[in-house]
Parts: sequence; structure tokens; C-alpha cells
Amino acid sequence: MMAELGRQGGEGADVIVKVDGISKSFGQIKAVDNVSFEIKQGEVFGFLGPNGAGKSTTINILTTMMRPTSGKATVCGFDVLSHATDVRRNVGVVPQEYTADEDMTGYQNILLCADLYGLPRSDSKPHAEELLKLVEIQDAANRKVKTFSGGMRRRLELACGLVNYPKLLFLDEPTLGLDVQTRAAVWKYIRTLKEQFKMTLFLTTHYLEEADSLCDRIAIIDHGRIIKVGSPEQLKASVGGDIIVVGVREAEPDISSEIMKLPLVKEVKKKGAEYRIKAEMGEEASPEIMDLVRSKGLHVTKISLTKPTLDEAYLELTGRNLREEEGNRMQNLSQRITMNRARS
Amino acid sequence: MTEKIRSSTLDEPKPLAPNQASAPTWPASAQKANTGPLHGLWALTQRDLRKWYGNPIQLFISLIQPVIWLGVFGKALNFGSFIAQSGAPASVTNGIMLSTFGTTSYFSYLACGQLAFVVLFTSAFSGMSVVFDRRFGFMNKALSTPVGRGTIVMAKVFQSVARSTIQAAMVLIIAVALGMDIGSFTVLGVAAAFGVVFLMATGLSALYVMLALRSSDWQTQMALINLLNLPLLFASNAILPVKLMPTWLQYVVKVNPVSYSTDAIRQLLIGAVGTNSIAVDVGVVLGFAVILSTAGIVLSWRLLSK
Ligand SMILES: Nc1ncnc2c1ncn2[C@@H]1O[C@H](COP(=O)(O)OP(=O)(O)OP(=O)(O)O)[C@@H](O)[C@H]1O
Ligand SMILES: [Mg+2]
Repeated sequence: MMAELGRQGGEGADVIVKVDGISKSFGQIKAVDNVSFEIKQGEVFGFLGPNGAGKSTTINILTTMMRPTSGKATVCGFDVLSHATDVRRNVGVVPQEYTADEDMTGYQNILLCADLYGLPRSDSKPHAEELLKLVEIQDAANRKVKTFSGGMRRRLELACGLVNYPKLLFLDEPTLGLDVQTRAAVWKYIRTLKEQFKMTLFLTTHYLEEADSLCDRIAIIDHGRIIKVGSPEQLKASVGGDIIVVGVREAEPDISSEIMKLPLVKEVKKKGAEYRIKAEMGEEASPEIMDLVRSKGLHVTKISLTKPTLDEAYLELTGRNLREEEGNRMQNLSQRITMNRARS
Repeated sequence: MTEKIRSSTLDEPKPLAPNQASAPTWPASAQKANTGPLHGLWALTQRDLRKWYGNPIQLFISLIQPVIWLGVFGKALNFGSFIAQSGAPASVTNGIMLSTFGTTSYFSYLACGQLAFVVLFTSAFSGMSVVFDRRFGFMNKALSTPVGRGTIVMAKVFQSVARSTIQAAMVLIIAVALGMDIGSFTVLGVAAAFGVVFLMATGLSALYVMLALRSSDWQTQMALINLLNLPLLFASNAILPVKLMPTWLQYVVKVNPVSYSTDAIRQLLIGAVGTNSIAVDVGVVLGFAVILSTAGIVLSWRLLSK
């Protein structure tokens, strides 16, 4: 009842997290610097940024583990400062580090978490088994956590984060240090949570592929500041658009200026009988270009559409290449291959 | 606690196994959770206690020191026989012993002091357990749940009190086996003595937990334990009577709560002549326990969140 009183009315019902200018300083370091954003019900929202960008600090503030130096944030309708306990009741947290008790079994760990959320054992016992099954460690459920591999621990952390049936789940670098298979599995769980349980997810990552393939919206964060927020497509589009190359049989007449007039087209270059066009939303622009070319009586010989990657977007926005900092391009590459295999 | 879900034979589960009919239904009634003010207290206490009784070696080691004290000091430093050796008649010996130690047997005198000793050292490690929980991340997990901050502190104190009380009981049994005088034991006396042990353990554990709340550094904690425990032990009447100490030290002994608890335990267990009345002793120990545990719970709000 008190919980209901604490709810802040006003904002749209579908906004589950509202962050209004939060900052957090550690002495001289401004870990989070005047950050504002909103998360809508049911979406997967990602924080993408390099080490030390302030991702974990933001999560710690939103999950009431740290107090912001200034600013205001509401999570599930509750203020993180004045109604911290209500926030904790409603959200699940999977922190960056491992937090399970090494001396207990996986199953006991989940039950302990459930106890801390005040769930009755009659409810938490079957729920623990469900969760162990969900993250596919039911076979190791009765082994002590100290015998678990890193991947199994990560799965267990995920299960613990889900123990209170949260509407909103915070995942801090959920795939950090995992092998490709386990990473694929974690991605699968995240999709299951969103699609099957209609859960809202906030995850942080410094893997571009992860942000690209999981998130509905991404905030690029660096030095404690949000540089840009948008869907992966929007972020990529901010690079300046997709590249459409149209080859025609006739080198003349030059129809560059007509193409340029199309609403989505941003830049046209002609080279012989080939037009290199930069356009927003290439899928929609290319048929329009085709129609235009044909209406001028020209014959299209080939057409190709190249989408910019998130890497390019990131590079353009931060002036840095996340991949280079990562320094394991090959690993990412092989991972992408495995991912494609896993999806098919 | 020992429910088996399935015998664990497989090592790593196949990560890409097709999602079995696992599809758990998320109950809409997820909020049937009962998060009363003290929920989770038992779960947290039990977690720590399980670590303790799951590791009997730890228990065994913690008993070695008091046993050495009893065996070596209690038996070797037999003040009664020293005096008797000088040719003094038994009545004189007993008179000197009574006026110095409040009892005729130094062994029994020391045995009561060893109860305080075991409480001191067990309580000190309650702070260590807070430090390790921070180090290994468990503290963060607890802090992210709606469990009360005060509850976290209380659980740490309770588990430590439970250990102290049980270990004190073991020390007492060993002492009796080694020849402690049980002539004055009464059910009420023993029960009351353990009441004092309980209070002393509460106050000391709360003190150490409080000092550890902000720290994740076990070396500092270790240094702190040595810094506090040795004066608390030696600047008290646990091993030697106040009368044998220099005057300045006697003032320290007077403000040391360990002295009061030991004084009470001696009166209750072996009917020794006390320095203070039992009421004063118990009053001081009770005040110590109440003030420190209240402070611990109040501070938990400020110290546990960053
Ligand atoms: N408790 C703390 N005390 C002092 N400085 C801190 C503390 N926590 C974080 N910082 C600093 O704040 C900055 C942001 O840290 P944060 O952990 O939020 O980064 P992150 O984006 O999560 O990085 P990573 O990808 O490495 O996890 C860093 O410069 C870090 O050194
Ligand atoms: Mg981090």
C-alpha cells in the first residue's frame, strides 16, 4: 500500500525508467556526468561504451546500490532515493561481478536470493527449478558453486536476477569473458525474456555486435556522458546513410540532380555509368531510385546496397574505435560466424 | 536444504540445446512476497552458520587456543601451590587466594576468563565475514534485494553470537573435564552466565561488524582485530586479577566491558567473590550490548550504501 503511494504519477504509463540529469563523482573523477534518458516498457535498452565509461555506475545508481551526487531517477515509478526498497522489490539485477556464494550449491543460492526477496519457500522452490532449467544448469544444480565454470556462474547470476519475477532486469556486461557458445546462450535467454515474459531489459556492453543484435535502442556512453541515443538503425543512419550503387547501361544523360531531389537521398556521385548514392534507409530509397532511373528511360544493369555497421557509427560519434581498444578482432569475427550458425 | 533436483553427472550443459518445454509461466501474483521489516534475517544468519558448521576444522582450531591457555597457564601457573610451597598452612593459602582471585582455584578462575577469551576472538571474526562478503560480491547481492540494511548487520551479529555461545559452552565443558571446580554450579547460575556471554558477544560482534561495514580490505581488518583484541583481553581481569596490575592499567580495566562480563561469569559459575555486584556487572554488559547493536543498525543505513 505504501508502495502505491510512493508511485510518481504524471509521465506516460509506458515509461519504466526515467533518468533526469544524474551525475556521480568519485573525488575528482566524474564517473557519470549529467545523464538523462528514458526506457520504455518492453524494450531492450543498451548502454554501449568502453571500459570506465560509467556504465556500471549508472546501473548501480538505478538499482539503488549507489546514491547519485545529483539528479533524479525513477525506476518502475519509484524514486531511487526516496523509495529505494520499492525499486529493489521490482527490479532484477545481474551485476558485472559474480556474487553467488561459493560454498553453497546453485539451487541453494537461488533459494537464498528468493528468501532475501521475501518469497515463501512454497513458491520459491518450484521457481528455482524453473529458473535453473531456463538457464540450462539444472544438471549442476546440486553442485557447489566453487566447482562451476565461468559460464555456469554467469548463468546462475542470471537465474538469481530473475528470482523475484522482475518487470525490469538490469544486466551489467552479461557476456563479459564468456566463450562464444555461452554468449550465444545468454543472448538466447535475453531474447526469451523479452519475447516470452515481456520483460524490459537494460543491459550494458562494450561489444558492438551485442548491442546491435539485442537492443531496441542504444545509448552510446563515453566519459560519463551519453553521446547519442537511438535504435541501431538510427545510429548507423547517423553515419550519413546507406551506400547504394546503381549501374546503368547508358552513361548519358547525367541524372544526378534528379536523384538528389529524392527525399531520402543525401549525396550522389557519378562515375562513368555508375551512381554512388548515400541515402537514409536504403531499402526504401533504392526502389525509388530504380523507379526514377527507369522513368528517365535508362536501363539498370546492377544495384547494390551496403549498410554502415555500428562500428562506423561508433567511430564517427566517439572518434575512437571500440574494436581497436578491444584488440581481439579475430575473436569477434569468429564469434559472428558462430552466431550466424547458431541462428540458422 | 538437501533437496535433489537431479543427480549431477553432466559437466557443462549443452548451451544450445533446444529450449525444452521449460517455458515457465511468470505468475501475475509475483508480489505475494512478504517483505516485512526483518525478512531475510534467518536466511542470512543461516547462510553464515552453515559455513561454520560445514567446516568443523575451523571450529576445532578456534578451540585450540583456549585449551592451550587452560592446559598451560591454568595448570602450570598454579598460584595456590606456589603459596603452599612456601610452607603456608592451607587456611592461609586459601585466604590469600580468596583475597586475590576471589576463589581458591586459579584454574577455575582462568576457565571463566577463557569464556570471555573465546567470545572476544569469535566476535572479532564477525567483521572479517563482512569484509569477505564484500570481497566476494555477496554483499552486493544482498544490497540489491529489498532486505533491510539493518537486517544484514543483525544477521552478521546473530551468527557470531550463536558461534560464540556454542564455543563458550564447549570451552566450559573442556574446562570441567580438565578439573574446573563445579561445586558451585547451579542451573540458574550456568544459564545466567550464558546470558552474560550472549550479551557480551552481541556487543563485541556489533562493534566489529560496524568497523568492517565500509571496508573490503582484510589486512586492515586483521590489524584492527589485533589492535583491539589484545588490550581488551589483557587489560581485563580475564587472566589476572586487577589487584596485581599497575594503577594506570587498573583504570583501563575499569572501563573494559570484558572485565564486567568475566566478573559476572565468575560469580555466577564458581561463586567467586566479585569486584562488583552481579547487578552492576550485568547492567554494564547489557548497556554495552544495547548501545553497540543500536549503533550498528543505525550506521548500517549510512555505511552500507555508497
Ligand atoms: N567506487 C569507486 N570509487 C572510485 N572510482 C570509481 C568507483 N567506481 C567507479 N569508479 C570510476 O568511475 C569511472 C566509471 O566506472 P564504471 O565502473 O561505471 O565504468 P564501466 O563503464 O562500467 O566500465 P567497465 O566496462 O570497465 O565495466 C571509472 O573511471 C572508475 O574508475
Ligand atoms: Mg562496468
